Amino acid sequence: MGSTYAIEANDLRRTYRARTGWLKPKRTEVEAVRGVSFTVGRGELFGLLGPNGAGKTTTIKLLNTLLIPTSGTARVCGHDVERETRAVRRRIGYVFGGDRGLYDRLSGLDNLRYFAELYGVPPREQKRRIAELLDLVGLAGRERERVEGYSRGMRQRLHIARGLLHAPDVLFLDEPSIGVDPVAARELRRTVADLAAAGTTVLLTTHYMAEADELCDRIAVIADGTIQALGTPSELRRRADGRRVVEVEAYGVPESAVSALRDLPGVRETAVEARGALQLLTVHSDAHVDVQGDVLRELAGIRLGRVDSREPTLEDAYVAIVSAAA
Amino acid sequence: MLAVGTLLHAKQMSRSPFEVVLALVVPVVQATLAVYLFRSGGEQHRLLEAAVGAGVMGVWSSVLFGSGGAIQNQRWQGTLEMIMLAPRRPVLVILPITVATGLTGIYALLATLVWGHFLYGIRLDFAHPVAFVVAAAVCVVALGLFGLLLAATFVLMRNANALANTLEYPVWLVSGMLVPITVLPSWTSPIAAVLPTTWGARALREATSGGPVWPSVAVCLAISLLCLTVGALALTHVERRARAAATLALA
Repeated sequence: MGSTYAIEANDLRRTYRARTGWLKPKRTEVEAVRGVSFTVGRGELFGLLGPNGAGKTTTIKLLNTLLIPTSGTARVCGHDVERETRAVRRRIGYVFGGDRGLYDRLSGLDNLRYFAELYGVPPREQKRRIAELLDLVGLAGRERERVEGYSRGMRQRLHIARGLLHAPDVLFLDEPSIGVDPVAARELRRTVADLAAAGTTVLLTTHYMAEADELCDRIAVIADGTIQALGTPSELRRRADGRRVVEVEAYGVPESAVSALRDLPGVRETAVEARGALQLLTVHSDAHVDVQGDVLRELAGIRLGRVDSREPTLEDAYVAIVSAAA
Repeated sequence: MLAVGTLLHAKQMSRSPFEVVLALVVPVVQATLAVYLFRSGGEQHRLLEAAVGAGVMGVWSSVLFGSGGAIQNQRWQGTLEMIMLAPRRPVLVILPITVATGLTGIYALLATLVWGHFLYGIRLDFAHPVAFVVAAAVCVVALGLFGLLLAATFVLMRNANALANTLEYPVWLVSGMLVPITVLPSWTSPIAAVLPTTWGARALREATSGGPVWPSVAVCLAISLLCLTVGALALTHVERRARAAATLALA
């Protein structure tokens, strides 16, 4: 690699244009990425966090050559993603979460053989490389089964093996742990950490704060197509300094009660997360204001579970950053 | 890379339950259609020729829907982005898919002949048996390369099947797979002359009933090589446009 950085993004922008209707065509434009700039050092594990629709996947696709930027430039291992497409592709791997992206009616081994050919792994090395990767992702012994019979976790592991076939310098992981059970997710994190320790640059997008906190050297929080914050996990955590967090488990909280909480003195943000029948209310307040009593008063008459007041975590910092951007 | 890709794509396609059912039913229908058409026309002696024509229709349908459907399938499976992301020329990525559709289509030709023989007693009495095998192989490759040219268009279209549906019957007709080109209006002749399907079908017909097979094979190959060249250039252009228009994924 000739460049100091593995990834350089400079004022990247991407607008999606769509046309619907024939007689009276209606054109719509969505600005998914609006001036994103950052650099990732060689061997760094860099996280891209953001809510759905924030522009994470578009940013990854601009960097891995699947999309052409509307404006701005990006380089991967010193090569321009728009003009030197093949040079970039030789050096990168791409893994995304979910069930798609594999040939279901072929075996895991056939999938790896095909992609090894596509990615130019020399025929003499293919057998050894595939065996190594099957061992790495724990699929050895199951490789001759058709992928359609694989569990979601197994598919995800096959995705990772596929992404590593040509030993890429830079690995793009787009929400790789989505839908994966906790044990498999922990193994996945270990694999990713080992890859980074061995010198592979990793750009990871994830919804899971604990994953980002545990793995990433630096994190960029993206919302509404722009980077809202960038730093190490501990730097980002400090964005929530001066706050206190009250968490309340509740059942059947009406929207009016959530609005009332938002208007309480000292409250900065509120969030509601549905977990089955349970709702988890998170109330951020100024650290010097004790809002717990006021919160419980507003929720009087509603069935409540655990109530907790605590110091902010990285997730709280993330909520604070994203809410400020909204 | 091309051989492994073609075989694995053929393996993936031939395991589709939908394809298996189609492969069982369509050749019987086509053999029946051919036999009754020619019997009612009083051309009992040309039944084998009719069955071969019907079989080529099957190869063409497989390539047409295979090329369009395969790329659409790659989109649905999320594999289109993954294969286009490979550090290869787009033509080398797509060609194995379209040749694989030709390869699976050859089954339609063979099955139509076998059903014609067992159900309707058509005698498999070829004028030039060796030339028939060569012509069939050329036909499969030629249609695969023609499919590549079509694929270049299909990659850009989110509803590639719409284009495939409109192309199936006109090409059957214009190429003279079942009805002789001579009975068609004269304005169709130039179109027929540039389609590799016309020359492939003609080569197979000549190998079946007698006639100069090799000139037709040569013209078929020449046109298909032209399809490969134009298809390769078009795919490079199309891939760039697809990256600009964000049509590689379903998103």
